[in-house]
Amino acid sequence: MRAVITVIGKDTVGILAKVSAVCAEHNINVSEVTQSILQDLFVMIMMVDISKSDVPFTRFSEEITALGEKMGLSVHAMHEDIFNSMHRI
Amino acid sequence: MINTNDILETITMIQDENLDVRTITMGISLLDCCDSDMDKTCARVYDKITRYAKDLVRTGEDIEKEYGIPIINKRISVTPIAMILAACERKDSVKLAVTLEKAAQACGVNFIGGFSALVQKGFSPGDRELIESIPEALAVTDHVCSSVNIGSTKAGINMDAVGLMGRIVRQTAERTADQDCIGCAKLVVFCNAPEDNPFMAGAFHGAGEPDCVINVGVSGPGVVRAALAKAGGYCDLTAVADIIKKTAFKITRMGQLVAREASRRLGIPFGIVDLSLAPTPAVGDSVAHILEEMGLECCGAHGTTAALALLNDAVKKGGVMASSHVGGLSGAFIPVTEDAGMIDAARCGCLRLEKLEAMTAVCSVGLDMINIPGDTPAEVISAIIADEAAIGMVNSKTTAVRVIPAIGKGVGEELSFGGLLGGGPVMPLNTWSPAKFIARGGRIPAPMQSLKN
Repeated sequence: MRAVITVIGKDTVGILAKVSAVCAEHNINVSEVTQSILQDLFVMIMMVDISKSDVPFTRFSEEITALGEKMGLSVHAMHEDIFNSMHRI
Repeated sequence: MINTNDILETITMIQDENLDVRTITMGISLLDCCDSDMDKTCARVYDKITRYAKDLVRTGEDIEKEYGIPIINKRISVTPIAMILAACERKDSVKLAVTLEKAAQACGVNFIGGFSALVQKGFSPGDRELIESIPEALAVTDHVCSSVNIGSTKAGINMDAVGLMGRIVRQTAERTADQDCIGCAKLVVFCNAPEDNPFMAGAFHGAGEPDCVINVGVSGPGVVRAALAKAGGYCDLTAVADIIKKTAFKITRMGQLVAREASRRLGIPFGIVDLSLAPTPAVGDSVAHILEEMGLECCGAHGTTAALALLNDAVKKGGVMASSHVGGLSGAFIPVTEDAGMIDAARCGCLRLEKLEAMTAVCSVGLDMINIPGDTPAEVISAIIADEAAIGMVNSKTTAVRVIPAIGKGVGEELSFGGLLGGGPVMPLNTWSPAKFIARGGRIPAPMQSLKN
């Protein structure tokens, strides 16, 4: 099962490190990362494998959103299916 | 990997444009709860609802967190209560309404619909008792919603029921006058009522439905408006229709995913996705603003009916391919007090009842959430219902009336219901009397289905 983590906000040092640290803590493997600057905003998208995670996905999602709030960033973890169903026929 | 822009588009839709799933509605048949004893019936009704729906809210919340999609309401619809009441010897329909209220509270749902009667051709045992009790039932409960079907394309219009409903709507407003007449916001009068509608106040679980079913209603006027704004003011209406179709497709795919997932987790068959653009009073979630984005100065101006017809049709075309089963009301909703743009248009006098009536001929539902003067006589309300039912009957579509007589208030004063029901100004009515026409009673015969003109 895969999920998408999106990070949107002002670019600072250590965003990738902090987000991946939370993933590692819960045995969530990061399979792909893309970073870009869109309309002056830092945007990072991570594909992660949540099948071996040690916490339910809803818990992880809350944790990562809270981390984002602490860093002043908008961080969301969402199940991959939502993007697949909306953007692929 | 999924395209970055697609991911960001979805996030923007949810974060900034109010994309949400409006409701997961569990339809439950109560036909096996009938008993000649009133108390036994109530006990069975309570048991069945709480047994079937005990995990509904929790499952909805889990899906919400996992997929990151807000699911605003979790609701229950049941078999029209008049059918259940028919079997009881001493009919006490308010008791059943209170039972539904308790069951709704026990399950934690936002609304329970189905305090309903289907009387398009006439009254059967239980129907009249139920209808007479609606004012009391809606005054003593908070979550119960009521609907009455008074006409259909196949049966014509039951004008005795229309006359009765005018009085019932007034009484319901009077009974809840201290709460801004909120009872009437939970009461809708239908022509051609759908049996699988997940939206309140008109949801009920039709007799042809399975024992239990999951129906989902999507939303997203804000997303459609934003997509049109992005395209700019110079694309022609063919392009506008195309943009709406594509957006509706995406919105509906999300609804389909939620419906499938809820159905799997609860172990209950998936019924339909209702392809609807349902506004909320929140800024940026308005159907009127879509029409204005298309180029109208204000919703209600000449051109509104044409713009709405385009919107409604494009939403259906986009949505149909995105879902395996489509049903319910499926179309754009125009509830005045629930739509920020409509509220403004009504306040400034651009949007009037006559225009709204025309709009209902080309879109989903009908005269919805309209505050009318508190001194409106019952027969005028009946006549509004009759006009609206005639539009539905002749055009083979669902129409409905949900008007709120603002007891003690006049044109320009406001009612406020709070939450999704919103609030807005009292709108002026044509005050010439239809009393003699309504007093005739009887039935308007079913219309011809050929020689269409």
